[in-house]
Amino acid sequence: MKRIDHAEASSKFIKAKDHIDFHDKRLWDLRQKRDRESESLPEWQELRTLASQIKEHTLTHLADYLEEFERNAQRNGVTVHWARDAAEHNQTVFDLLHTRGAKTLVKAKSMLTEECEMREFLGPRGIEVIETDLGERIQQLDNEPPSHIVVPAVHKLRTDVAAVFARTLGTDPANSDVHYLAESQRQTTRPHFLAAGAGMIGANFAVAETGTVVVCTNEGNADLSINLPGLQIASIGIEKMIPRIEHLGVFIRMLSRNALGSPITQITSHFRAPRPGTEMHIILVDNGRSERLGMADFWYSLKCIRCGACMNTCPVYRRSGGLSYGATYSGPIGVIIDPTFNLRKYAALPFASTLNGSCSNVCPVRINIHEQIYKWRQVISERGQLPMVKKNGMKLAGRILASPRLYRAAIGAAGTGIEYLPNFMMYNRMNAWGKQREVPVTPPTTFRQWYLANRGKKGKKK
Amino acid sequence: MKVALFIPCYVDAFFPEVGVATLELLERLGLEVVYPLNQTCCAQPMANSGCHQEAAATEALFVRNFKGFDYIVTPSGSCTHHIRDHLTAIPQTPEVTAVRRNTFELVEFLHDILGVRAFPWAEFPHKVGLHIGCSTLRALNEAKMSEIAGMPFSKPHALLSAVKGIEFVTPARPDECCGFGGTFSVFEEPVSARMGYDKVHDHRNAGAEYIVSPDMSCVMHQKGCAERLGLPLKFIHIAQVLNGARA
Repeated sequence: MKRIDHAEASSKFIKAKDHIDFHDKRLWDLRQKRDRESESLPEWQELRTLASQIKEHTLTHLADYLEEFERNAQRNGVTVHWARDAAEHNQTVFDLLHTRGAKTLVKAKSMLTEECEMREFLGPRGIEVIETDLGERIQQLDNEPPSHIVVPAVHKLRTDVAAVFARTLGTDPANSDVHYLAESQRQTTRPHFLAAGAGMIGANFAVAETGTVVVCTNEGNADLSINLPGLQIASIGIEKMIPRIEHLGVFIRMLSRNALGSPITQITSHFRAPRPGTEMHIILVDNGRSERLGMADFWYSLKCIRCGACMNTCPVYRRSGGLSYGATYSGPIGVIIDPTFNLRKYAALPFASTLNGSCSNVCPVRINIHEQIYKWRQVISERGQLPMVKKNGMKLAGRILASPRLYRAAIGAAGTGIEYLPNFMMYNRMNAWGKQREVPVTPPTTFRQWYLANRGKKGKKK
Repeated sequence: MKVALFIPCYVDAFFPEVGVATLELLERLGLEVVYPLNQTCCAQPMANSGCHQEAAATEALFVRNFKGFDYIVTPSGSCTHHIRDHLTAIPQTPEVTAVRRNTFELVEFLHDILGVRAFPWAEFPHKVGLHIGCSTLRALNEAKMSEIAGMPFSKPHALLSAVKGIEFVTPARPDECCGFGGTFSVFEEPVSARMGYDKVHDHRNAGAEYIVSPDMSCVMHQKGCAERLGLPLKFIHIAQVLNGARA
């Protein structure tokens, strides 16, 4: 399996100047809107604490709440399936569709199905999957995964979308008016809603006491996806559970404020039971979550409500784009989740961070994201997954810096510092420092030399 | 009060004038300052790369050099952050925890411990953009973070406000990370440089002549970016300004 090279991928993203400028500004704008919302609610920090506590409680009693959810969903007339991993999930979906002769699946946004690579599984088996969320549809038509968990096509300019739609939907390639493009997607998606044999949603929250699946959207496509076809499927990661309906308010107040800087999404749908004469299925998916729950340092990441606030605030994400992470989840939350799927493949990701810490501060459920990034680096080093050049460099640096004599030899003589320094301080990855930056000039003396000349060994002022 | 001076490796090697200003400033304030001669580094470069094993001997050396002082003062926020929050590669003896507890970044030492508010010798008649590194901002909590609502405050700004003639300009994103990030600056060179370019442009567009900072590692990176871009920006450490540097 090829390792992800985030630095290499980001350099391609950065070369497209219009794109990176727009991407950075657009996401920073979302961050600022989120800031304004946070300033408008005096109880903001309390809500974060409460949301975190509810999630911690739920995760530490997860088996009980999952079973309670299952019982209540069954009571509502829903069939509940359990999927240990992506393969079981995809097979379950396929079997449901296949046995009922459904050839088309209209679906709303779901990062879980991205994680399971469900479309890639169903396509070759004769099932056409239609993404109905505008951003997801753009990405599907362009044969790219979503680059952001909330705004999947945020790395594209409207002219890019016009080109994709012209190629795939037959729109006017010269017309990049957003209303025209959105309307074109709407008109071409509608027939699928009416014709599809099955509809699918993800979940923002699953309420144990009612067996309800709650979906927050701004386009109404989730409702159409599930209210029209006769077969309805909801795929839910097991960490989406919350105990009671009264807890939902805390999360509804936080989700869209953090995601888009709006007080609430246009639509908050509670799906409870199948319509008369139709059937509804819920698939509860583990796919590595139980294992993550058992990781002392990392289980906190399961509190995530997928608002994307950490991505919008992340200066690295804004300047490298979601696709540069080469994983379903990108940005700060991605770099602490992805290594649980495949440590070797995603070993570079926890290093795609300056450890600035703003992600932890914006997180509505108080995940200590930057501290987990720091800890992942240790895990990666201890399990031998650091690049050799870095590991050897750190060994050398550790030896030099642990010895006053070697350290002074390395930086001591004027004019020679720079030949030695990059080896252990700045580090030479094909002389990366100097590519776009000037190298600092080595002064005639080090501080220590100045000190000895001006204060002497006894530290007395001369 | 027994005060030790820790001059981080990159300051020792590249910016001795920052070490000199820090020492002179502390002496000017009437302190007797000891500079342990066998000091090297706090071990942050190894630890931030995940290499704790490789950091251990350097951390042990740091503690040997700085044990027994009431205060260990250093002109670097990220080193202080490492020592205070992350110096964990060696057994946590009482000696180690005391060193960790007693280490302070220069601004917080001046602002919180000494309570200094006047620098009558200082004058800096320039338009200044203030850069507070992310460790100084979020780990040491020296200023209000833009993502957390509340009353504005800034310890570096409070100290600099006492300097005659200084004029502050405010960039559009005052606390956006500049992209240094230690070894991030070379292993993630494309993003690091782009962030640095954005940072120095933001300061320049706000009208800054100087970027003043308590964090010389960020400055080393930003200076390299500004020089490559040919931007007329100058850089100076807050210790130099508070110690009376005029330019």
